[in-house]
Amino acid sequence: MDITVNILLTIATAATPLLIAAIGELVVERSGVLNLGVEGMMIMGAVGGFGAGYLTGSPWIGLLAAVTMGAVFSLLFAVMTLSLATNQVATGLSLTLLGLGLSGMMGTNFVGQPGERLPNLDIPGLTAIPVVGRLLFGQDPIFYISIALTAAVMWFLFKTRTGLTLRSIGDSHASAHALGIHVIRYRYLSVIFGGACAGLAGGHLSLVYTPQWVENMTAGRGWIALALVVFASWRPWRVLAGAYIFGAIWVGQLHVQAINLQDFVDAPWLLYKLIAFLKSFPSQLLSSLPYLATVVVLVLISRNKRLTMMNTPASLGQPFVPDR
Amino acid sequence: MSADQDGANLLEVRGLTKIFGTLTACDHVDLNIAKGEIHALLGENGAGKSTLVKMLFGSLEPNSGEIFWNGQAVRITSPGTAKKLGIGMVFQHFSLFEALTAAENIALSLDDGSPISTIAAKARALSYSYGLPLDPLSLVGDLSVGERQRIEIIRCLLQTPQLIILDEPTSVLTPQEADKLFETLERLRSEGKSILYISHRLEEVKRICDRATVLRHGKVVGHCNPRQETASSLARMMVGNEVLAVVRAPAEGIETAPVLLQIRELTRKPATPFSIPLRNINLEVRAGEVIGIAGVAGNGQGEFFESVSGEVLQQDAGSVRIRGKDAGGLTITGRRLMGAAFVPEERLGHGAAPRMKLSENLLLSRHATDGKMFVGAGGMVKGDAIHTAAQRIIKAMDVRKSAPDPEAAALSGGNLQKFIVGRELDRRPSVLVVNQPTWGVDAGAAAHIRQALIELARSGSAVLVISQDLDELFEISDAITVMHNGELSKPLPIAEATFEKIGLLMGGAEPGHAEHTLETA
Repeated sequence: MDITVNILLTIATAATPLLIAAIGELVVERSGVLNLGVEGMMIMGAVGGFGAGYLTGSPWIGLLAAVTMGAVFSLLFAVMTLSLATNQVATGLSLTLLGLGLSGMMGTNFVGQPGERLPNLDIPGLTAIPVVGRLLFGQDPIFYISIALTAAVMWFLFKTRTGLTLRSIGDSHASAHALGIHVIRYRYLSVIFGGACAGLAGGHLSLVYTPQWVENMTAGRGWIALALVVFASWRPWRVLAGAYIFGAIWVGQLHVQAINLQDFVDAPWLLYKLIAFLKSFPSQLLSSLPYLATVVVLVLISRNKRLTMMNTPASLGQPFVPDR
Repeated sequence: MSADQDGANLLEVRGLTKIFGTLTACDHVDLNIAKGEIHALLGENGAGKSTLVKMLFGSLEPNSGEIFWNGQAVRITSPGTAKKLGIGMVFQHFSLFEALTAAENIALSLDDGSPISTIAAKARALSYSYGLPLDPLSLVGDLSVGERQRIEIIRCLLQTPQLIILDEPTSVLTPQEADKLFETLERLRSEGKSILYISHRLEEVKRICDRATVLRHGKVVGHCNPRQETASSLARMMVGNEVLAVVRAPAEGIETAPVLLQIRELTRKPATPFSIPLRNINLEVRAGEVIGIAGVAGNGQGEFFESVSGEVLQQDAGSVRIRGKDAGGLTITGRRLMGAAFVPEERLGHGAAPRMKLSENLLLSRHATDGKMFVGAGGMVKGDAIHTAAQRIIKAMDVRKSAPDPEAAALSGGNLQKFIVGRELDRRPSVLVVNQPTWGVDAGAAAHIRQALIELARSGSAVLVISQDLDELFEISDAITVMHNGELSKPLPIAEATFEKIGLLMGGAEPGHAEHTLETA
């Protein structure tokens, strides 16, 4: 039983940074801006979070620093693409490259240092409940933030007037401008929110997942988050589903690769056969399984063309220059 | 002719000027709008009407000039400022969001925080009380042009503005719908509201407008009382010279002419839950004749055009026959190669790629049919040949533009339409199908396009025109048929057709969305 709980906890830990970064990017893209710099903002959050935590000794200050770092870094993208109307794809890519390089430089002195880890939640009485106790009341604080964030973004986008305005800008910035909506202002705020989320996701990596600084430690998670947003057809609950499917299969294939088949001789026949079957694949194929499965599942749930049409931001990636 | 006689001026514009690069779009324009009047703004395409109106609504900033609102000098820096002052606007190129519902679209321009359901109920009530039925929960993307305009009008009215700017409001309405709109406008006038009415339909302007300001090449060329003018005197003021009347020579020997376009039992299921099915449509268009299809917006015209042009393929290849051969299974290019040409309803994004030059747009639609002329060995594009052809079309159709080969989106609506129609005419197609040939096009350009369509038919081609403009259909058609709820009536020879008969065929009841979905469910 304990093994199952542990596996479930690892899945949540693997899914949380993807979920947070993707939810942030979802808001950005809903406003019609394509920020390909998620990976760069994430790694800046990771190095900022680790550094602040290490220097002050407080992981909470580290958390705050991660969020701030992501937001400030995204501001660079916002000024370039929104005020100067540069190409969003090129600017986003360069943001990622800049982030990867800059974080490596900033983190030179942090390599190999022990970091601060955010403590897990511990509610006397509740956390001790067998099985569900640790799952529901014993995880790290960012896990709870990620779930709350998803619910909040869903509510904001589909239940509030401001959310409707944001979606309208993503659908047609020209129409929104004609109605007197401040397109650029909304987009600035969206991009900064997305940056803060990416920073938080990076902070999760360096303050919870592996509380240390390793160059390039985001390892492509920003790109996965970007893909999740598209495959989830810009809907928050699907992003959540996608992040967890990815996390589950990723953790699962790691376990399959690590375990020894001989240990399972006494296990139920079906489980034994399944593990044997999976282990018969080359490890590279197993490693690609999470990507494949996530894409297949999300494509299957996005088959409704009408819903997809309604949810795709039509002005995504187009620079907006109001004619005056 | 001073507005002061009429009492207080709601809006006064003095010397408003807007310069784009080397083009002076508005040159010291003066305009007075009194409280409780319907004021017409007349002018050809490119005369500066849209620019002027955009400055009044805050979408554009004037280079110089003053605007007074209730006697106070104001600067209208954004549409938000305009709305706060009490200026509402119904756009010609609609400012709607396709992925949102009608109610959500309306909510976006209202500043109160009331829930969508309340707004939907209000919009529904208001739309029915003004005779412009609207289903607030339908997706804008599924609606026809006419229905979208209703949303714009209702949205504007819900803001309870003092001044309402209407840009070409009746271009897509039936005579009955237009009558209802005029009742609405008269009701608003009696409530003390002012209306700035932009239209190319001079009869309408004569009927409902109290005063008119005429623009030509960005300058005010005159003020008048339209009731004391004739349509042709107004047109002369606008254009600067006489507008050519469309001449329709009687068609001869059509009964024995070959059928070039034949529609046989064309049936189509609704593409989306909101759209109209086509029900067993039969039609023959013979060489030398123009057949007009009338009908209220959203009765299946768009679906019909898509099926005939090959944007949507048919199961039954024989349901569309071009020059005696089955074409139902062919794509647009396949049908073009059989000698047919098509002009869709939307100019930007459908009839032309907005961000591409005119010559590139020409190549896009004709690379297959005129492959030898435009594409050389190894698939290399022959720039010179395309350029020559583009210039030939521009000259033949009198397309006015600001650059030698501008982007399609840089042209005004009427000039782009002239180019798109000209591009197809230039091929001398034996079958031409046009959807809304002159929607939003001024009198001079419309006459030019209509005359060109008649001449094409008289030179031996079959021309099918789908239009919501009855005047236009009566002007150019040899026979008129009506599309209602996906069905097509029997063609009525023009000699027997009257507004009343066609109006009856268009259907007594207003075909709102709710009824369609009920019927198709």
